[in-house]
Formats: sequence, structure tokens, C-alpha cells
Amino acid sequence: MKVIELKETVTASNDRDAEALREELNLRGVLLVNLMSGPGAGKTTLLSRTIRDLSDLKIAVLEADLDATVDAETIEALGARAIQAHTDGMCHMDAGMTRAGLEALGTEQTDLVFLENVGNLICPAEFDTGAQLRVMILSIPEGDDKPLKYPLMFRESDALILSKLDALPYFDFDLDKCIQRAKRLNPKIQVFPLSAKTGEGMAAWEAWLRENLIRKTV
Amino acid sequence: MHEMGIVLHLAKTLDETAKQEHLSKIGSVTLQVGEVSGILTDYFVECWDYFKPRHPVLKDSKLILETIEAVTWCDSCKRTYQTVRYGRECPYCHSGETWLLKGNECIIKQIEAEEEAPSAIPEQ
Ligand SMILES: Nc1nc2c(ncn2[C@@H]2O[C@H](COP(=O)(O)OP(=O)(O)OP(=O)(O)O)[C@@H](O)[C@H]2O)c(=O)[nH]1
Ligand SMILES: [Mg+2]
Ligand SMILES: [Zn+2]
Repeated sequence: MKVIELKETVTASNDRDAEALREELNLRGVLLVNLMSGPGAGKTTLLSRTIRDLSDLKIAVLEADLDATVDAETIEALGARAIQAHTDGMCHMDAGMTRAGLEALGTEQTDLVFLENVGNLICPAEFDTGAQLRVMILSIPEGDDKPLKYPLMFRESDALILSKLDALPYFDFDLDKCIQRAKRLNPKIQVFPLSAKTGEGMAAWEAWLRENLIRKTV
Repeated sequence: MHEMGIVLHLAKTLDETAKQEHLSKIGSVTLQVGEVSGILTDYFVECWDYFKPRHPVLKDSKLILETIEAVTWCDSCKRTYQTVRYGRECPYCHSGETWLLKGNECIIKQIEAEEEAPSAIPEQ
């Protein structure tokens, strides 16, 4: 027997699958956004408003929530395509499940796909899905201490949406402190405080999505 | 269900390694598991035993688990301390401005394996 030192994370095979999927999506001109948050942070509400506002884009949604048929119906009522992904009872989506979901969805005519990941702030951060962008949502009622509790999620995200901004007067949430905590963990993180209910702050988030769209080469 | 997902990827990663390195059999797998990785080791071993027979190279392998100590950083006094012992509040200055530095990872440190007989390796 010989000893082979690996020093690899256990999910190394997933990282490789994710990298391959990301390259394919870039070639196909499809932007995949992995949306992560705790339960009830406002993912579906945000998506509904974003889809309505970006009506010139072809948008599709991959729902990974454990019982998200209701969510899929909400999205489809807006004219976007939605499909239920199969997480096989897992607490996260991985690159293989994402690929299967995208194949079932079909992305030929699509500019932008949102993956509504399973609602929790731990497991989804550990699994690369192959998305070009990772966005996490933290809602005001959840509290400004979340960056301290879930540092990995904040480190791994490209953008942080602080949702339900209209609720700020009713909660003891220090916006500046929360942003400062997030930036200490991840200096490059883009922060979008917004309310999908009143529309405040939505324009900046939507402009950022547009900046990141991938030009179709074929 | 976190353990199941991780074991699934672990088995796949090891299958790929075996193919790449021309290994016929993996005798042991040493994993380093962070103290606060959230992985329940008993359940993890159960999942491993369930998957093992489904992967020929892993069939007779032994799982060795090592623990990585969890360390928290205090952003107020810029010191580190043992997470499991003191929790979220810094024992030096009692600040709550603290976050985990390490201890939630799960790393394949090394494997012990047998190589394929040279004749079994396809000619390049
Ligand atoms: N005040 C306020 N409430 C909001 C806002 N966005 C969402 N909500 C409310 O928050 C609750 C949860 O919103 P959803 O959009 O369903 O959240 P979700 O993250 O999709 O939830 P799950 O899929 O169940 O995890 C609903 O009652 C929404 O009406 C907002 O901007 N302001
Ligand atoms: Mg939802
Ligand atoms: Zn301190």
C-alpha cells in the first residue's frame, strides 16, 4: 500500500463539475445566479418583482426549495419559465443537480436563470453550483449579527441583498454595522439594501444584473 | 442530510482519484473534520458504510477521522481563541464582534492505496 496525500476538500469532485458547467454557460451566453438565503427572507417576492421589471429579458427560474410548487406557480404567473429542481432531499443544490435542472429547463432562449436555492445559510454556501454569480439575501427582521454567525456564506457571495428595507423602522437593525461586518469578511461584496414591496433600491440591483449579463456569441 | 451529500461527493472524488492514479484498491481514507463542521461523525460513518459497497475501489476501505480544532477571531481585540470552549463571546474582552476562522472544514488528508498491476495500465 502506498500513501497518497490529497489535502483536498471532500467536495473537490463537485468543484470540478461546477467549473465545467460555468464554462459551458459562459459559452452559451446564459447568466446563472445562485440565490441563497434563510427561509422566508423574500426570495420569491424579490424574483417576482425583478422578473416584472426586467421584462425585456428572457428569464427562467430553477426552484430548489423543498416544497416550492407554490413558488413555481407564482413565477410562472408572471410569464417567466419555472421548473422544480430535484435536490434528492438534500439541504443544498450541487453542480450535478443544477446541470440536470438546467437541462430539463432548456436554456437556448434564455438570458438569465435564477436558482432559488434551499432556504438555509449554511449548506448552500459549501457547494458550488456552477453559477457565475452568488447572491445572498438577508432580511432586516433576521438581524444584523448574521455575518458573524454565518461567515462562510458572506465570504462566498458576490452580492448581499438586505431585503425588506421598508421594515427597518420596526427592527433593531443597524444597517451600517451590518454592511461593515459583511465587508470585513468580504471586501469585494456588493451590497444592495432594498424593498421588493415598495421598490426602493430595486434599480441598483437590477442595473448590477444587467452589467453581468453574458453576451451571446452564437 | 448534510452528511449524505458530503459522503456522496467524497466517494465520487475518491473514484476519480483512483482512476487518475491507477489505483485498484483504497485501504484507508483519512479525513480531517472541523469541530464545528456540523458533521455528526456517527451518522457520517453510517452513510459511508452505505455507499462503500457501491464503489468497487472503496469496498474494503477504512475511514479514519481526525479532528481540526475550531478557532474564532475577535475583531475587537484582534486575538483568537478556542471556539468550542468559549463560544461566540471573546473570553479576553467580552466582545461579540467575533467570527469563525477555521473549524468548519472537511478535508481529505490522505489515502492508503494499492496500485494496479502494471499490465492493467493501458499503454499511452
Ligand atoms: N415588508 C416586506 N415584506 C416582504 C418583502 N419581501 C417579502 N416580504 C414578505 O416576507 C414573506 C416571505 O417572502 P417570500 O418571498 O415568500 O420569501 P422566500 O425567501 O421565497 O420564502 P421561502 O421560499 O418560503 O423560503 C412574505 O410574507 C412576503 O410578503 C419586503 O420587501 N417587505
Ligand atoms: Mg420562496
Ligand atoms: Zn476580544
